[in-house]
Amino acid sequence: MQKHIVVIGAGPAGLESSANLSNLGFRVTLVEKEEVTGGHLNKWHALFPSLASGKHTIEAIVKGLNPGIKIQTATKVTGIEAVNDYFTVSGHNGWQEKADAVVLTTGFQLFDSHRKEEYGYGIYENVITSADLEKQFASGKEFVNRQGKKPERVGFVHCVGSRDEKVNNLHCSKVCCITAVKQAIEVKQMIPEADVFCFYMDLRMFGRHYEELYKQAQEKYNIQFIRGRLSESTEDKDGNIIVKVEDTLLGKPLRIKVGLLVLMAGMEFPPATKALTNMLGLKNVSDGFIQPLDEVLHSNLTEIPGVFIAGTCSGPKSVSDTMADARSAALAVAEYLK
Amino acid sequence: MEKKVKNFGYSVTRDRQIDFDANNHDVGKIVALAEPTLHLCISCGTCSATCTASQFTEFSLRQVILLVRRGETKGLLKEVSKCMLCGKCQLVCPRNVSTRNLIIQISRALCNHEVSGSAMLKP
Ligand code: SF4
Ligand code: SF4
Ligand code: SF4
Repeated sequence: MQKHIVVIGAGPAGLESSANLSNLGFRVTLVEKEEVTGGHLNKWHALFPSLASGKHTIEAIVKGLNPGIKIQTATKVTGIEAVNDYFTVSGHNGWQEKADAVVLTTGFQLFDSHRKEEYGYGIYENVITSADLEKQFASGKEFVNRQGKKPERVGFVHCVGSRDEKVNNLHCSKVCCITAVKQAIEVKQMIPEADVFCFYMDLRMFGRHYEELYKQAQEKYNIQFIRGRLSESTEDKDGNIIVKVEDTLLGKPLRIKVGLLVLMAGMEFPPATKALTNMLGLKNVSDGFIQPLDEVLHSNLTEIPGVFIAGTCSGPKSVSDTMADARSAALAVAEYLK
Repeated sequence: MEKKVKNFGYSVTRDRQIDFDANNHDVGKIVALAEPTLHLCISCGTCSATCTASQFTEFSLRQVILLVRRGETKGLLKEVSKCMLCGKCQLVCPRNVSTRNLIIQISRALCNHEVSGSAMLKP
C-alpha cells in the first residue's frame, strides 16, 4: 500500500518537502492553518542576496507540486497521536488523517517588537519593523514615513528580540543582519539622497555572497555601520525618532535623529507549535526550537521515530537553507518508510 | 610619554601596547569570583548609551569591564568612582550582566589592591 505522509505547515519548507515526497512516490497531505500556502514568504517582497521576489519564489515552488498532493488549508492541527505503527493527525475543524510519518514544517513566528517597549514600536509612528518595511516595498507605493515625508535619514536596528536575554531570547536569528543590509540598499535605491545607518553588535554575513552585498552597501550606497546597540529611542515634535547608542568603536555616546527607524525583528518558536511538540513529548531546548536527534548526523530526525522536522521549527534559517533542509527531510522520511 | 634620557642625545618613547603579560590580572580574577557575569559582557555598549555618567564624563562601563578583563587597572579606581550606582545599565543589558554588583566588586578589588598591593581581601 502507498504510504501516507502528513506535512504540517505550508511555508517553503512544507511545500518543498511535500513536492519531494510526492515525487518519491508517497501519498502526501499538506496541512496549513492559513487560507493560503506560502507562509511568511507571501509577505516578503524580496529575498537576499539576489533580491529575487518572494512572491515569484513561492509561485515557482508551488508550480513544482505534484497534482496528487492534497492541500488542506485553513486547518489548525490540534492533535497528533501515535497509535501502534501510525499517527492520527487531527485539526480544529474536525479534519483527521492517518499517517505513516509526520513532517513538522511549522516554521517560526516573528518576534513581537512591542515587547521592546524602549524602542518605541507601537508608541511612535515612525518606528516600524523589518516585516512592515517589506509590506511597504511590496505595495509599490512611494516610500514615505508616517507623516507622508521622504525620510532624510533611515536607521536599522539589528538584533531586536534576538541575542537579548531581557526578552528571554539568547539565540541569534541568523538572517536579520543580511536582511538589514538588503533593506538598507533598497531604501537607498528608492531615496538616493537619504542617509542610511545600521546599528549593530556584530555583522553576521555567513552566507555565500552576503559579504559582497555588505561591501556593495558600503561602496555603492555609502550606508554607515555604527557598532552599538540601542538603549532607547524617543520622538521629537515633528515625529522624528531620536536614537541613543554608544559608538563603541569610538567609545562615545551618540545621539542621532532619523525620520524612520526599522527594527530587525527576530525569529521565535511559536507557542501554538509548542502545544503540539509537548503533546508529542518532543524536547524544546533552551532557545525554544525543536532539537533534532543529532545536529550533524540526523538533523531531520526527532526522538520519536516517524516524526521529522524541516525548516525554521528547528532553528532560524534562510530561505535557501530551509529549502535544502526540506529536501533532506524528504530523503530521511523515504529512508524510514523503506 | 617622552622622557629625556640624561646625557644622551635621544629620547625614549614608551609604546602604547597593552602589555598583557605585565598587566594586573588579579583584579579580574577576584571580581569574576565575586561576580561571574563579568565574563558575559559582549561590549554592546547599551549600558554606556543609557548611563548618565557616560553622557557627561569619559566613564564607560563597557570600557571598564574590558579594562579589567585585560588587566589594565592603572587609574581605574578613579574612573569607576564616577558611577552613581543608579542601576539603569542593569535594566538594559542584553546579557544580564549584574552590572551594579560588578561595579561594586571592581571598586572593592581595586581598593584592596591599592591599599595592600593585592586584590585579595585580607581575612
Ligand atoms: S543575524 Fe544579525 S541582527 Fe540577526 S540576531 Fe544575529 S546578529 Fe542580530
Ligand atoms: S549604575 Fe553606574 S554605570 Fe550603570 S547606568 Fe548608573 S551610573 Fe552608569
Ligand atoms: S550592556 Fe551588558 S553586554 Fe552590553 S556592554 Fe554593557 S555590560 Fe556588556
